[in-house]
Amino acid sequence: MVQLTLPRNSTIRTGKTWPRPEGAGNIRKFRIYRWNPDDGENPRVDTYFVDLDDCGPMVLDALIWIKSKVDPTLTFRRSCREGICGSCAMNIDGSNTLACIYGMDEVKGDVAIYPLPHMPVVKDLIPDLTHFYAQHASIMPWLETQSNTPQKEWRQSEDDRAKLDGLYECVMCACCSTSCPSYWWNGDRYLGPAALLHAYRWIIDSRDEATGERLDDLHDPFKLYRCHTIMNCAKTCPKGLNPAKAIAEIKKLMVERAL
Amino acid sequence: MADVNRGNRPLSPHLQIYRLPMTARLSILFRITGVGMTLGALLVTWRLIAGAVSPEASATADAVLTSGLGNLVMLGSLWALMFHACNGVRHLVWDAGFGFDLATAEKSNMIVVGASVVLTLLVVLIIR
Repeated sequence: MVQLTLPRNSTIRTGKTWPRPEGAGNIRKFRIYRWNPDDGENPRVDTYFVDLDDCGPMVLDALIWIKSKVDPTLTFRRSCREGICGSCAMNIDGSNTLACIYGMDEVKGDVAIYPLPHMPVVKDLIPDLTHFYAQHASIMPWLETQSNTPQKEWRQSEDDRAKLDGLYECVMCACCSTSCPSYWWNGDRYLGPAALLHAYRWIIDSRDEATGERLDDLHDPFKLYRCHTIMNCAKTCPKGLNPAKAIAEIKKLMVERAL
Repeated sequence: MADVNRGNRPLSPHLQIYRLPMTARLSILFRITGVGMTLGALLVTWRLIAGAVSPEASATADAVLTSGLGNLVMLGSLWALMFHACNGVRHLVWDAGFGFDLATAEKSNMIVVGASVVLTLLVVLIIR
């Protein structure tokens, strides 16, 4: 359902301003969303000051700097620090991206950081992605075949392989789905750009033999057709992919098979 | 489905903090103009029915619709119609699978807005 405002337990209060690093000349101000599941209070936005001369260039570097030097309770996910694991997805300066490959110099003014939008918050910058992963699992993200397993590998022409480019690179960081207003309002039933991009990745795989079943499953007013080509997904994808295009291709296949 | 809101977990902010790209803004405008045009349609219907009822009713409708406010509402409705039509064409192109890369989408933003303004002015010039 469309609810433009935040529920009462989710409205954001002004938080604490943490001390500036002593003797630092090159300082950047960060405003970061905090929520602690243990204190029963509403979320708040804390202010931190980062010494840029003592810190790497990426937003993730600044978060790690804050956690080690200022406030060890600041909580966020991170792992690979090179844009391949998708763990550090968050909302930075108003759009979703991976903190590890987003430079502080790409932000004008203070750096505002929130969890991925319209998600239940586990703590601070960590959203609960359970439902997001369940939706991914629901599109059968594997090769589905009826033929007997061949003696050697399933062969694929170079042209057929090329159809997977721009799709297989998705790291499931959830930046796109949580940028999508349709997913905000109908995320319980609309699969969202990430799951649909994955659905298309298997639909057009020349080795897959369940295309019909896959399309049958998506033939639903909500699962697929809540996409209104708002394009936030493509705009925000930190890997430069285009889920909107993949969704349009699925819609085209639906029309083609009905003709 | 999965249990996604255990305990009293807050909902992370969305519209409050998201910097909506132009495509998203125009998408909202598409929805608003779609609904808003019904107002213009009602007013036009009123004018037509008033014309069929009596000279007095016709004069009243005329006076309201050509007053300053009336002109503004009708101009707005006209632009809403043009914007909705232009963006509708863009949706047809999208549904055919074209125009999805970001540079093209940004260009088509400008084209849709520009064309809606030009078409509106054109109609105004013609009916004056």
